[in-house]
Amino acid sequence: MEELLLEMNHLKSCFFTRKGVVPAVDDVSIQVPKGKIVGIVGESGCGKSMTAKSIMDLLKYPGRVVEGEILLDGKDLTKLSARERRKVRGEEVSMIFQEPMTSLNPVVKVGKQVREAIMIHQKITKSEARERVLEVFRQVGISEPEKRYECYPHELSGGLRQRVMIAMAMVCRPKLMIADEPTTALDVTIEAQILKLIKELCDTTGMSCLLISHNLGVIAQMCDYVYVMYAGKVVEQGDVYTLFDHPEHPYTRGLLASIIRLENLPERLSTIPGVVPNLMHLPEGCAFCRRCAAAMERCQKERPGLYEVGEGHHVRCFLTEEREAAHE
Amino acid sequence: MSKEKNVLLHCEHLVKEFPVDRKRSVHAVSDISLDIYEGECLALVGESGCGKSTLGRTLIQLLRPTSGKVFFKGAEISAMKPAAFAPYRRQMQMIFQDPYASLDPRMNVHDIIAEPLVTYKVCENKEVLKARVLELMDAVGVPREFLYRYPHQFSGGQRQRIGIARAIALNPSLVICDEPVSALDVSVQSQVLNLLKDIQAQYGLTYLFISHDLSVVRFISNRVCVMFLGKVCEIGDSETIYQNPLHPYTRFLINAIPVADPHLRGEEKQLLQGEIPSPINPPKGCRFHTRCPYATERCRTEEPELREVEGRMVACHQV
Repeated sequence: MEELLLEMNHLKSCFFTRKGVVPAVDDVSIQVPKGKIVGIVGESGCGKSMTAKSIMDLLKYPGRVVEGEILLDGKDLTKLSARERRKVRGEEVSMIFQEPMTSLNPVVKVGKQVREAIMIHQKITKSEARERVLEVFRQVGISEPEKRYECYPHELSGGLRQRVMIAMAMVCRPKLMIADEPTTALDVTIEAQILKLIKELCDTTGMSCLLISHNLGVIAQMCDYVYVMYAGKVVEQGDVYTLFDHPEHPYTRGLLASIIRLENLPERLSTIPGVVPNLMHLPEGCAFCRRCAAAMERCQKERPGLYEVGEGHHVRCFLTEEREAAHE
Repeated sequence: MSKEKNVLLHCEHLVKEFPVDRKRSVHAVSDISLDIYEGECLALVGESGCGKSTLGRTLIQLLRPTSGKVFFKGAEISAMKPAAFAPYRRQMQMIFQDPYASLDPRMNVHDIIAEPLVTYKVCENKEVLKARVLELMDAVGVPREFLYRYPHQFSGGQRQRIGIARAIALNPSLVICDEPVSALDVSVQSQVLNLLKDIQAQYGLTYLFISHDLSVVRFISNRVCVMFLGKVCEIGDSETIYQNPLHPYTRFLINAIPVADPHLRGEEKQLLQGEIPSPINPPKGCRFHTRCPYATERCRTEEPELREVEGRMVACHQV
């Protein structure tokens, strides 16, 4: 059994709005082993970013973590004070965001912004911090680091900005990096460069990564383990090969079928009918039942639990459960 | 596709530059000549800033070209005065990328779809107009009971359907689709792509499909035009280009797509290094040479011409 870095158990985060309670993350358990890349995949609004923000304690009012625990190296983050939490954030767990344009301060030189991250957490002089920043700049493949240190964000291209963001996340040598759609705003050739960089950093530093993406291609190329989320819940989880070779949940199958492959081009693309349900008015039974072709009567009334089909392969679906029960 | 191909739109040595200051300008589109045939879907692909959207907009005269000519059904639309151009305008429509920004939040679905019909006074009275709007809603799969709803009540996929209904309202011959599915989720994206394909067949439309996503382009297009920094690198049938890309840039683009199969990783992919050069001061010679691993002295000095190689046009000294 691999050593776990992050263990999230039955986490529930809700938004308490005037119109009602929105369960953005509902009973989600995720495990990140040391040195591995774990992916969360799903469509917009499925709760994947909210899961990440719950770990970082970055949920905005009126959202907050309601239940569950987040264990980082055995320490429960949800029980820490705000001050202790701040120490963890940035130093032990860091995050890179989708839009490098808006997550950097436009009026501060990028070198200073990265230096700030390290000076908050460590007792270190300015010039030592500068050296450390330049070293990280080199590590993430920023050419001419001394020159870039003095640049403002608008002087850099999208790819370079994202490298600066990664440098900022790396500078304190965190144990876990959360990458929330790190390449969605980038061009395909730059995307490939950034993904390669993240993978290399994990391999060389032993850091773990929680990679959030809607792109199944990115997930397939990068991750060791994958969690598929739908309407705030994990609907399927497993290692990447099992998940792509033997998907069980109708939603996972639908997602995989709707990918356009360059060879064997179909006349029509396969689709998942309907749209993602409103989290405030979820169906009584399985959240996916209205879009599911195989939905049974039971699916409309009861909520399925996570059912284990193989080692580490869990599926939240009655179909699987009943089929396996018939087998036994 | 049939052998008899009629040219619907044709451009010659099209140039579009945007002035930055007195001396410098952004060379968005530099000397592009191409044909769009009736009934086809021509895809423009390239990375952001390569000028694909500018080319699309210049072709339908939303932007006036700096120099060069555009012919639509044989008439030179780039030289026309606005009044003479008006009858051509309605034959070219556009579908935009962001379904949230391209619909007026204060107009309901009926008014949005009816707007082009009202502008061109197509329907004699309100009943005819409403019937036509409902017919269009059926065509794009927006339920009729949503006629008086507002854009914020719809999901991204449905908004894009409304945008499509508006674009086809006047029975145009050419529709420019500018990244129509980039803002949508995977499962919704395939719904909209199927719809675009159906509508094309049903209304006999010609598409100019602008996208940075090569898998989407593979599905929808008959021909592909790969652009880099305002120039055409390679243009030809999709089948030919995807099976055997010749221009190094095309090869890198196709190679860089993350494949949704974990078994196909491990082998080191050759990745394109560096970033796109500035279009204000594009490199001399071949514009791709700063990123190209095969570049020679000739590439740095002499600009390659588009020429026919193995059934497609390609601009590269090395092939």
